[in-house]
Amino acid sequence: MRLSGITKRFPGVVANDDVTVELFPGEVHALLGENGAGKSTLIGMLAGVQRPDAGTISVRGEAVAITSPREAIRLGIGTVYQHATLVPNMTVAENLMLGQSWWRPMRRDAMLARLAEISVLLGVQTDPDAVAGTLSLGQQQQIEIMKALWRGERVLVLDEPTSMLTPQGVREFGEVVMRLRDAGLAIVFVTHKLNEVLEFGDRVSILKLGRLVGHIAPERLRAMTPGDATAQIIDMMFGREPKPNDIGLRRATPPDGAVALTVEGLCTAPEARQQGLSDIGFALRVGEVFGIAGVDGNGQKQLAEALAGQLRASAGRVLLGGQDVTVLGVAGRQRLGLRYLTDDRLGEGTVGAYSVGLNLVLKQVGEAPFWRRGLTDEAAIQAHAESMITRYDIRTPSAETPIARLSGGNIQKALFGREMSNGPRVVIYNKPTYGLDLANIRLSRQRIREAADAGVAGLLISTELDELLELCDRIGVMYRGRLVGIVENGPDAGPRIGQLMVAGSA
Amino acid sequence: MRARSRDALRALAPIILALLLGGVILAALGRDPILFYTRVLNRTVFNASGLQEVAVLMAPLLLIAASLIVCFRAGLWNLGTDGQFLLAAVFVSAYGPALVVALPYWVAICALMLLAAGVAAAWAALPALLRAWHGVNEIISTLMMSFLAFSLSAFLVKTYFGDPENTVPQTLVLPVEDRLPRIAESLVHVGVVFAVLAVLVVHLVMTRTAFGLRLRIVGHNPRAAEHVGLHVPRLTLAVFGISAALAGLGGAIEILGVRGVVRADWHPGFGLLVVPLVFLARFHGVAVIGFVAFFAVLTIGGESAARRADLPNHFLLVMMAMILGILALVDHLAARAKERG
Amino acid sequence: MDTLLTTAFMTAFIAGTIAATLPLLLAGLGEQMSEKAGVLNLGLEGMMLVGAFAGFAVALESGSFTLGFLAGIAGGMAVAALMVLACVVLPLNQIVIGIGITLGMQGATSLAHHVMYSESYPRLPRQPEFAVPLLSEIPVLGASLFTQNPVVWLSFALVAVMAWLYRATNIGLNLSAAGEKPAALDLAGVGITLTRSAAVLTTGALAGLAGAYMANIGAGLFVPFMTNGAGFMAIVLAMLARGRPGWVLGGALLVGVATSLTTALQVAGLNIPTDLVQMLPFIMIMIVLTIFGRRAGLPAALGHPYLRGAR
Repeated sequence: MRLSGITKRFPGVVANDDVTVELFPGEVHALLGENGAGKSTLIGMLAGVQRPDAGTISVRGEAVAITSPREAIRLGIGTVYQHATLVPNMTVAENLMLGQSWWRPMRRDAMLARLAEISVLLGVQTDPDAVAGTLSLGQQQQIEIMKALWRGERVLVLDEPTSMLTPQGVREFGEVVMRLRDAGLAIVFVTHKLNEVLEFGDRVSILKLGRLVGHIAPERLRAMTPGDATAQIIDMMFGREPKPNDIGLRRATPPDGAVALTVEGLCTAPEARQQGLSDIGFALRVGEVFGIAGVDGNGQKQLAEALAGQLRASAGRVLLGGQDVTVLGVAGRQRLGLRYLTDDRLGEGTVGAYSVGLNLVLKQVGEAPFWRRGLTDEAAIQAHAESMITRYDIRTPSAETPIARLSGGNIQKALFGREMSNGPRVVIYNKPTYGLDLANIRLSRQRIREAADAGVAGLLISTELDELLELCDRIGVMYRGRLVGIVENGPDAGPRIGQLMVAGSA
Repeated sequence: MRARSRDALRALAPIILALLLGGVILAALGRDPILFYTRVLNRTVFNASGLQEVAVLMAPLLLIAASLIVCFRAGLWNLGTDGQFLLAAVFVSAYGPALVVALPYWVAICALMLLAAGVAAAWAALPALLRAWHGVNEIISTLMMSFLAFSLSAFLVKTYFGDPENTVPQTLVLPVEDRLPRIAESLVHVGVVFAVLAVLVVHLVMTRTAFGLRLRIVGHNPRAAEHVGLHVPRLTLAVFGISAALAGLGGAIEILGVRGVVRADWHPGFGLLVVPLVFLARFHGVAVIGFVAFFAVLTIGGESAARRADLPNHFLLVMMAMILGILALVDHLAARAKERG
Repeated sequence: MDTLLTTAFMTAFIAGTIAATLPLLLAGLGEQMSEKAGVLNLGLEGMMLVGAFAGFAVALESGSFTLGFLAGIAGGMAVAALMVLACVVLPLNQIVIGIGITLGMQGATSLAHHVMYSESYPRLPRQPEFAVPLLSEIPVLGASLFTQNPVVWLSFALVAVMAWLYRATNIGLNLSAAGEKPAALDLAGVGITLTRSAAVLTTGALAGLAGAYMANIGAGLFVPFMTNGAGFMAIVLAMLARGRPGWVLGGALLVGVATSLTTALQVAGLNIPTDLVQMLPFIMIMIVLTIFGRRAGLPAALGHPYLRGAR
């Protein structure tokens, strides 16, 4: 297949700018790029979910128009998305039978036969009567791959397939991909992780801000050592800028002894599809940056919410500077200086339709100087907004602009400014640099460092190991809802943390 | 197009289109639309006593509108205003005659208003608790409580609250001289002023106070509400309580100002009819007064014009439905245009 | 106790129960299908009224009850088409449109009745006899239970048919996916619009049939606003039935029994106030909501329009 000269625009942004990509059978083509580089949009066109504004798509030289997912399926293109598309309360069998023509009777035996066929192709085993929502994320993904290949295998498109997997899951996934490639499929693999590109990819295309900035053909890739390939790819992605990892932002002096936050035996009840916490305990010192590492989905979000007061603890205590805040709700803890910078910026961090100014004071509704005797003081809110916009360099047309219109980086600056105002003592940062461009990532990390130096303790939850190694004094690792180890940051911290993330034990 | 005029167009377009469509339907039925609309205006706007009647009809409608503004802005669907209104009216009608005799007049009136608010809020308690603590869909629960209220009111009027000396099942009548005083020599009673003030106060509270902002945040984004430290269950209870109380006050005003009695089979059903008006006004207090006035003019004038054109006045329902439909469409088109632009 | 077992009482009671249950059952089954597919249809009452009026008018003019039922179905579907246009094809707010449709159809049917029948107030002749041989001669129960219009039996059969449909066919699978996770269905290549439209149109058909039954069999004539909240009751029953047609039947029967108890008790000479008895079905529902409300089991995408590839 060939996608040629593809251009796609959305209001305010050019997602794809004249991109050309070729797919060959028996080859894994890796599409590499940062968040926002346009990868998902591009493969959306293969999947029939998006249509290009300009450019053509052709199969074996013949132009085609992929107008809908049905059309894509007809052409033999199967897509596995980043976010699960299985219906959680249906069984595997039912999920696989979805999409059959409605007038045909349900063909369970035909389905089972095909399931057996594809399972052999993938080299996996599946229980057709298991309820989809109860399977592990890795297994769910295998079902998704099967669905993608159900109607005929020609092209398999994978969008960030490993983001939710454990290292073991990634390995199994890799095996499946290799088998499929050897069976002759053309595979497109979208990712932002360099190591996966080298491990699984035969051909590499690099996207940056909507443009194709680099391409490595299979012969060249095979000929290079991993080190050379890495260097070349980084060169294409970042120009000659130094890697962000080069600048160590660790604290010059060790944090003093006073404890800012103590957690003892914290437990929360597990819910449908949500990890419960078991017996979490640690102490955070004033001015310290304490990292929480772990593969996504091991309870980090629940830890953040439990500490912030959004999730009720079933056992254990939380003490803020020696004061027991376990029974306090969100508002009470906020008032005492415990802040939570959520990763869900538009879902819970802000009210998108409200102005930047209002969002900046959203956690202080009813408090002076913005509210006097219950009445809103618009002038005070405006003045505050203007000073924050200047101080944190928030790029916005005005303080009254609805915050949803701002770019991710600027929303993050606003949220950061909000959490840091009004006397914070401890801030929980949940994936603070997720989805940001390079410049904003560095800025955010610097601000976290500055805050810590000023005495604001930070709990940094992140899935990026290099970020944790760069900023944290100590790093705890979460695995299945438990804190399985706390590692002092140092030269060998990386591998030790990796080990804990994978196996749950050192 | 400037924002203000665009907003005004968005609000007025559905009405104008609906009136046009209504005219078409009238013509299709063989009635003269111009004559119809002229009669509507003559009966109400161009007629001193007609205007007063319009004002009087607006009183309970405005209180229901206030009730709906509070809950819609908080993202909750209180579809039980009819039941809350009716039950409050029944209680006020039952205890009114006795209280105005036993207590100084204005004390009695205040007591009756509190009674009405209390009864209505109590009636909304179960749906409120179910929604606040268990997330139970309040559309079902408030609708069910409304139907329950209809039967309960009928029962109460026929038994405990009934006038034993009257063969028609109804409550004791509040004598005309004990009803709410009129302004000047007109038909307009002070309840009308109260209702207008109520709507304005609700509007100010919702748009200018911290409390109103908290409710609006819950309505816009409940997860954000939790994240910023708002106590969502408590706010939910407050919203239901206030919304129901306002509906109950509507019932009280209707009895104290106009009817003075409740018959067993009475239910005016204002609740659902006010919903489109509140949406048209985009929950804005001042705009709602305008739309309610429009509706009152259409109701009173329409009833007379319909009778003279030999049509049931339920024609009005069709008009309201068309307004709702066109409004939703206009909103959608405007949102699409905004996205593209 | 004697009075309760007489033929007179049982006849009145059973006849009343079936008359009250049938419309709720049909409309409830219809609403359940819409909700399964993710559409909250508050216009049900409007669809029933149009079905009632159309059914009545056609039966009156043509003399055929069967044609009347077909007209009812068509009428309900016509209104459902409006709902489809507004809420499935276009993503307008389902609650606002639903209320609009109900109000509008209440007004329109009242208007139509006034224009056509306010002078004459015609009634339909009695429906033809449908006595099932032998069974209808069972003492006490037979006279009422086995002389019902075939629509009644078809409706009960429909419960089984729909249960089978949801459990064992692709249609059922597609409907569930449309309501639970429409993205999954869309990406599997099945049209969400088509699936949801089909569901809503079926709802219209069933609601129209329910209305036609109320007018032609239940009352013998059309009175404006005659559904009197039955549509909303059916919506509630559908919401509480957790996707199982059998539960809609159970709920409809309970409400039907409670409703007909009023008249039946009067026939039996017991003097319980009708208003209190009328409260029974609603009280039952509130009790169910209070005890089971938390785990409502409503489809995840209910009430939300589907937008493919939305950013």
